[in-house]
Amino acid sequence: MTASETASVIAIHNARVLTPAGPLDTDLTLRDAKVHSLSAGKAETHLDAGGALVGPGFVDLHCHLREPGFEWKEDIRSGARAAAAGGYTAVVAMPNTSPAIDSGHLARFVADRGREVGLVEVAPAGAITMGRAGNALAHLDELFDVGVRLFTDDGDGVADAGLLRHAMEYLAERGGVIAQHAEDPGLARGGHMHEGRVSSRLGIRGLPSLAEEVMVARDLALVALTGVRYHVMHASAQGTVDLVANAKRSGLGVTAEVTPHHISFDHSRVESMEPDFKMYPPLRTEADRAALGRALHDGTIDAVATDHAPHAPYECEVPFEEAPRGVIGLETAAAAVNTALELTPMLLFERMSVAPALICGLSSQGRWVEEGSPANLVIFDPDTSWVPESFLSKSQNSPFRGTKLRGKVLMTILRGCLTYQASS
Amino acid sequence: MKHLLSMADLDRAGIEELLDLADHFTEVLERDIPKVPALRGATVATLFFETSTRTRLSFEKAAKALSADVLNFNPSGSSLSKGESLKDTVLTVQAMGVDVMVVRHPAVGAPARVASWVNCPVINGGDGAHQHPTQALLDALTLRRRFGKLDGLRIAIVGDIRNSRVARSNIDGFTALGALVTLVAPPTLLPLEVNSYPVATSTDLDSILGEVDVLYLLRVQLERGSGPVLPSLPEYVARFGLDRRRFGLLDKDAVVMHPGPMNRGIEIGTDVADDPRALITEQVSNGVAARMAVMFRLLSGRGQP
Repeated sequence: MTASETASVIAIHNARVLTPAGPLDTDLTLRDAKVHSLSAGKAETHLDAGGALVGPGFVDLHCHLREPGFEWKEDIRSGARAAAAGGYTAVVAMPNTSPAIDSGHLARFVADRGREVGLVEVAPAGAITMGRAGNALAHLDELFDVGVRLFTDDGDGVADAGLLRHAMEYLAERGGVIAQHAEDPGLARGGHMHEGRVSSRLGIRGLPSLAEEVMVARDLALVALTGVRYHVMHASAQGTVDLVANAKRSGLGVTAEVTPHHISFDHSRVESMEPDFKMYPPLRTEADRAALGRALHDGTIDAVATDHAPHAPYECEVPFEEAPRGVIGLETAAAAVNTALELTPMLLFERMSVAPALICGLSSQGRWVEEGSPANLVIFDPDTSWVPESFLSKSQNSPFRGTKLRGKVLMTILRGCLTYQASS
Repeated sequence: MKHLLSMADLDRAGIEELLDLADHFTEVLERDIPKVPALRGATVATLFFETSTRTRLSFEKAAKALSADVLNFNPSGSSLSKGESLKDTVLTVQAMGVDVMVVRHPAVGAPARVASWVNCPVINGGDGAHQHPTQALLDALTLRRRFGKLDGLRIAIVGDIRNSRVARSNIDGFTALGALVTLVAPPTLLPLEVNSYPVATSTDLDSILGEVDVLYLLRVQLERGSGPVLPSLPEYVARFGLDRRRFGLLDKDAVVMHPGPMNRGIEIGTDVADDPRALITEQVSNGVAARMAVMFRLLSGRGQP
């Protein structure tokens, strides 16, 4: 099924539409996978937005859909369902599957599965190195030729500066983006949480902010050399924000993302030793948390990305140090950001949709709503509060479970078709 | 007190109550028949997911001195090697009917996780580099019996403090009881963010020897998870080993302690360990009484000691 084949004409009433010129209270009509008009026309389906925001569907630069290879945690269908419930119309699927997405046919498999499922546009990211092993370049041309634009060994940083330089030279010429999971393996070795006061008292080996900052600083020197577009994944430390700000000032093609959990929590949450607070990079200090929020607000950090990392419930029934890395986030991201920061609707959608779509080169995503724009939309009520308790994802490892969040996705529309509708 | 997971969960009154109880049990252990019927009919399960001899034996002896029955769980050759999860393992043991579980585990927080899954009291028998609360109780008991009280007592803890659960629990316990604690180690073995601890620090053992009442030595290991943290063992011994010369610099009433197992000739001089001012075997004896106190306290209501 493709969205355009089954799309009916949809009229949305009582919407606050996010247009290129700003919010506009109006009705709108969707037809042929596009916004037909900013008025209520004749339609088969009538939806009432109840005054909520209608903007471009969210775009996630960073999620783990786990297929192929780890389908007990998530698969493309369950992940797409979770994404649609979170208001997403596009997601970039990380390549740390089994096998890793290091070749053209594997990227094509992921994109095709996404199209079959049809609930969200799935853009596969490609590995930088073969098998993400950090030893040899992945099939960068093949990956690029099937549409991959974001390249990353996410889960690990590319430690070998010489190899990374070659990847950068290659992708600078083709127009790809190097997205780095910045974590110096020596400084990070054996770490399970942020290195600081809390890790010291708990006796848990720490992973210092420097593990991230050192690699970003090194990479930025290579970016200056090669001219590649470079994206800092899940920035977690104040020092990283400063490095990105300086790089942008000096004109480098650098962007950065932050996760909802890094702007919501600090490392004191690990005192509970709940695996739902274990992720890489780890939750850091209150000063880091605040700096990340400010950076997202002022644009030093361009985009919100979930780093949605599902792990089956039984895999999390272990002590903190033995717990797998990462937490889910697709279904709570917009609400968590809206809760953590006071963003205007335009700024919220800039960071959740417009900027990430530009970074990963998805031209039919992240477009402000106007006549003729793609009907990839989310209806988001920024004022309603709710408490997430269970998730459509196969996994339930969320740090936001039981936390009151402000802002609710009411409906999601992909290519003119409803992909999610909240139960009222 | 529902569980004993961390010394940080106990205030001064809570620690002193356990020490008073332990004092009573040291008398019991000196009787001709060193046994009371306090926990008759109760079952204590020791679940040691990390090898241990003295701690497991000490808990077993303590349980038997209270007339409890003991189930020992031996992880090698258990279902763990067949892939059973920690949760399933402890629920299985619980289903057999146990009244208290003693859990030792290489991962920080494992006993707390177990406590959240089972409906009986859990005693932390040592978790990673986090806590070893019964060790801290037996050490406080040993010092209180020696010096009468810990208020104002000057205690230096020497060695691999960063990776030591014994050090973390003892810092909590000693300072709660009013002692003045100094941590002595090379920079790579001192805790990170050490100024968030209520202690003084030094990297110079010789300079503090004349100013302490207690020298608490920790076992040193050359290789840790993050790679080599010391240039070499001989260099450590030269700066931090308690040899006969350094022992001679101690105040005449000062004592030496070690949680065991000790490396003679490394952190403690071969002959120093046998000096009457080394309280190492007293620590071991007091360990039984301290663990009796904890088990009795957790299962109190079952009878009087």
